[in-house]
Amino acid sequence: MALSHDEVLAGLAEIVNEETGIDTDSVKLEKSFTNDLDIDSISMMTIVVNAEEKFSVKIPDEEVKNLLTVGDAVNFITSAQG
Amino acid sequence: MTHAKLNQFETVKFSKIYSLGASRGRLRVTNDEIAGPIDSSDEWIRQRTGIITRARAAKDQSLMDMAVEASKEAIASAGISPQEIGAVIFSTISHPYQTPSAATLLTELVGANPAPAFDISAACAGYCYGIAQADALVRSGVAKYVLVVGGEKLSDFIEPTDRSISFLLGDGAGAAIVGPSDEAGISPTVWGSDGSHWSSVSMTASLLDFRDGEASWPTLRQDGLTVFKWAVWEMVKVAKEALEVAGIKAEDLSALVTHQANIRIIDELVKQLQLPESVAVARDIVNTGNTSAASVPLAMHQLLKEGAVKSGGLALQIGFGAGLAFAAQVVVLP
Repeated sequence: MALSHDEVLAGLAEIVNEETGIDTDSVKLEKSFTNDLDIDSISMMTIVVNAEEKFSVKIPDEEVKNLLTVGDAVNFITSAQG
Repeated sequence: MTHAKLNQFETVKFSKIYSLGASRGRLRVTNDEIAGPIDSSDEWIRQRTGIITRARAAKDQSLMDMAVEASKEAIASAGISPQEIGAVIFSTISHPYQTPSAATLLTELVGANPAPAFDISAACAGYCYGIAQADALVRSGVAKYVLVVGGEKLSDFIEPTDRSISFLLGDGAGAAIVGPSDEAGISPTVWGSDGSHWSSVSMTASLLDFRDGEASWPTLRQDGLTVFKWAVWEMVKVAKEALEVAGIKAEDLSALVTHQANIRIIDELVKQLQLPESVAVARDIVNTGNTSAASVPLAMHQLLKEGAVKSGGLALQIGFGAGLAFAAQVVVLP
């Protein structure tokens, strides 16, 4: 069953926390992965793979560069769930 | 019609690695020395790659010099005569001649002439490809001892302003002698390729483009994130399969020796494989950089030299890189 927008955000925050140690409460929709959360490209790729697994979606490599904010990622995952 | 009965090679049941040899570029190039052209810093490079220095060959130090030094150490440590070597396999992507091969000259220089000799091109997977071939040659009875060398002078093929791979690269050669054994010393190899990602790690242009003035001197480049993703999550599957076909579990390992591509790949592989603390993890990249085909034997040699692992323990070695190509096997440490 497809998860809600809020559920995807909560799940993504857990993945970000596990990879970077950033508090889940800091992972907000408007935050930029690079500028606000200071997540580098390699950590971003790890987050992407873990998100693919957790949400059973496919995030193409070429799409990753378009996921600038947490909100971008949540929107992509939510719609990719169908 | 009947024909005369043919002889075939007598097979041998087991093979093992007898010894290793190592040679690194003489120069220790710091991050500060290379950070300028890529608008970077020591801190950034350490954080992203783990590299503190990379070994690079001096101008008067050739790929062949390093290959000969490493090979002579391996031959001496194995306690064999070079004349007993039945085949020489040289894995390299930086031998500067299309032909003849690097292997035939190496064979001459180490005193193993007239052993059959050939190069293989499997980039960072090349040494593990070579061990797979040596294992097959020994067990099929084709050769008693095989010299396997992974060697690179990658500094001839780098671009100082390239942020994708050049700053990672180092120079060196690692060598191994493979020969017959009373018990299994090299597990079945799990290996393969994925040419659908042929351009993910490649040269910037072909030599023909360079000849025709359509491109500058070809250098290495990579699509780092795609390669990172493949190197971790696909290689985890390969590593697990290698353990399975070897008939062992992760806790049976003394060491994990991966291709030294990037510390972040190594750390993520360790995490994904859930290796127990007791397994020594090779992190030679910190001081040597990424030496492609040389990195696995150099890293294993270093673990043994430091005393982090003992001879007789089991090591999972895994090479992966341009092609894309990969190979993994469990070996008894020499």
